[in-house]
Amino acid sequence: MKWQSVDTRKGTHCRVLEGGSGAPLVFFHSAGGLLAENPFLERLAQTHHVFAPEWPGYGESTGEERLEDMLDFALHGWDLIDALALRRPHVVGHSMGGMIAAEMACLAPRDLGKLVLAAPAGVWLDEHPIPDIFALLPFQLAELLFHDPQRGQALMTGGADLSDMEALKDFYLASQRRLAMAGKILFPIPNRRLSKRLYRLSAETLLVWGASDRLIVPAYAARWRALIPHARLETIDGAGHMLPYEQPEAFSKAVSAFLG
Amino acid sequence: MKFTWFNLMPWPYLPDEFREKHRSVWVDIPNTLYDPRKGHHVYHTYLDQLEYADALGFDGIGCNEHHQNGYGLMPSPNIIAATLTRRTSRAAICVIGNSIAGYNPPIRVAEEFAMLDVMSGGRLVAGFPVGTPMDTNFCYGQIPALTRDKYREAHDMIMKAWASEEPFAFDGKYNQLRWVNCWPKPIQKPHPPIYIPGGGSIETWDFCLDYDYNYSYLSFFGYLRGKSLLDGYWERVAKRGKDESPYRAAFAQIVCVADTDAQAEELYAEHCLYFFNRCLHVFPPFADPPGYRTMATVKYGALSQLTQARQKILENLTWKQLIDERFVIAGSPETVRQQLEECIKGLRIGHLFCLFHNGDMPDWKVRHSSRLFAEQVMPHLRDLWPEWKHDDRWWVHPMDERIRPEERQPGAEKKEREEWPR
Repeated sequence: MKWQSVDTRKGTHCRVLEGGSGAPLVFFHSAGGLLAENPFLERLAQTHHVFAPEWPGYGESTGEERLEDMLDFALHGWDLIDALALRRPHVVGHSMGGMIAAEMACLAPRDLGKLVLAAPAGVWLDEHPIPDIFALLPFQLAELLFHDPQRGQALMTGGADLSDMEALKDFYLASQRRLAMAGKILFPIPNRRLSKRLYRLSAETLLVWGASDRLIVPAYAARWRALIPHARLETIDGAGHMLPYEQPEAFSKAVSAFLG
Repeated sequence: MKFTWFNLMPWPYLPDEFREKHRSVWVDIPNTLYDPRKGHHVYHTYLDQLEYADALGFDGIGCNEHHQNGYGLMPSPNIIAATLTRRTSRAAICVIGNSIAGYNPPIRVAEEFAMLDVMSGGRLVAGFPVGTPMDTNFCYGQIPALTRDKYREAHDMIMKAWASEEPFAFDGKYNQLRWVNCWPKPIQKPHPPIYIPGGGSIETWDFCLDYDYNYSYLSFFGYLRGKSLLDGYWERVAKRGKDESPYRAAFAQIVCVADTDAQAEELYAEHCLYFFNRCLHVFPPFADPPGYRTMATVKYGALSQLTQARQKILENLTWKQLIDERFVIAGSPETVRQQLEECIKGLRIGHLFCLFHNGDMPDWKVRHSSRLFAEQVMPHLRDLWPEWKHDDRWWVHPMDERIRPEERQPGAEKKEREEWPR
């Protein structure tokens, strides 16, 4: 896969990881951004033409000051699809990306192919409060996000040596920039009333959840199924919230099979 | 030189093992640690102290706003200030301040500050902090990356509300009001002196200089560590071509006075250590949510919050360290005078917020320290800025014919028929 960049009509500049051939598939990443290695995208690219844009504020994408609220984010998703000149792509969103993808599908239900929501954010259950990702010590993050936190930690840092002050500083700055952006739709409670709009969602939908998700626990999968009655649910074992990264094989298989 | 007697109002009953048992004094501190019946006595003791400071001749008496915080019992500083308007008539009442990004709508602050200015006869110093991330983001739910934008908008609304003589419509991004019409309005014209308490955000310097507001650096870590930040501020002042009046800047400093240096340790050490060890025990992620500081400031201040070193400072603090590093200025009147002179001149500040009540310090020690300061230290530090003696741009301008409410007996009959002023 290779990087390219596009400018949206709104004026954001976005880097997009692109590869493969077949029906177009857009992947929207989570609050943590794309990681150094994204093997599930490589696998999806074997059957689809994959586009994985970085949100403004992530990596080399800029223009974050132009996006302030949920509507801005969702319209930005459509602006990107326009800028990439894609017609009715399948949309796959993970966590925060799933929240935005679902919002996009409510706004323009006839403009996408199928929809995959991997452990999407955007819904809140009082009986299962989602941990506050904006108030975590660095080592606590991997414990929440991964079935296997030790492996997860290595995946997140991409092998950077964080005992090195400079590397730590770079990592911290990039992470602050990403989460500052994510906070606009996730802080202090990751719920921007998407559930009252989900009745509009008509795309064929697959929900995928990691069986050991400790951030957005599987009880949320049941809630999403109730909100989108036509959705199917697949649960992946040995995976936490970062299921595309922890079980790339099982994840991409489930997605490819659904998209056909 | 102006001296303000400031009380953070800490909860004095945090248990010995607080640090070990709880992760934070702020945001998620268990409220079972608060006992409202004891709280009744605590509030009245603290209010008595502020009134005592007025009697001792301090220029100002100060309070501030914190939420869900074991060292700050003033979620609403305006309530505290309102009581002070009824029991004092001389000192400036410094509310440093209202975290305006969290008020909905912000006109509420324009109104309440106007009430305080009117009730006090024009003695209000109005502080507009962005608010700590603990308060503004984690307790009051404001989105970190949008907090500064919202703060600016709130500021614009308040200042316009004070300045305008006619109702106006305010079409903000965060606040829309069709009829803004501040009633009552403040006595002080064009508005009460504005103080902007800041940590280390470099954008705050320019904001203060754009409007000629006072910049107040409220640190608990003393003037040696505060120096580099204030040097940065003064560089900015020079670069912007503003005059270098020391009254543009204020600094907060913990001060403890006793008859001798040894006595200062004996009297105050345990209480200062209570403050540093328990009251400043904050879960680090609460202090730096992504987006609260701008990227420019994060880069400038680098990893201050993240480094283990900073956390370590607080772990095994001793009195000697507190003194050596000047987190605390303590000792005989002469020691305190010398060190404060160094502090005031070194930082080039015209206003000092003195913290005399620290941690769980009992009332009599607070009063002892404050009185020694007022009698034996303050008079010697009054004239450190002779060339700026007449610069009153950052101080209150009370009305002359003001009522002295502290001289009125509550509920007393009045002997003569009083008429409204004509």
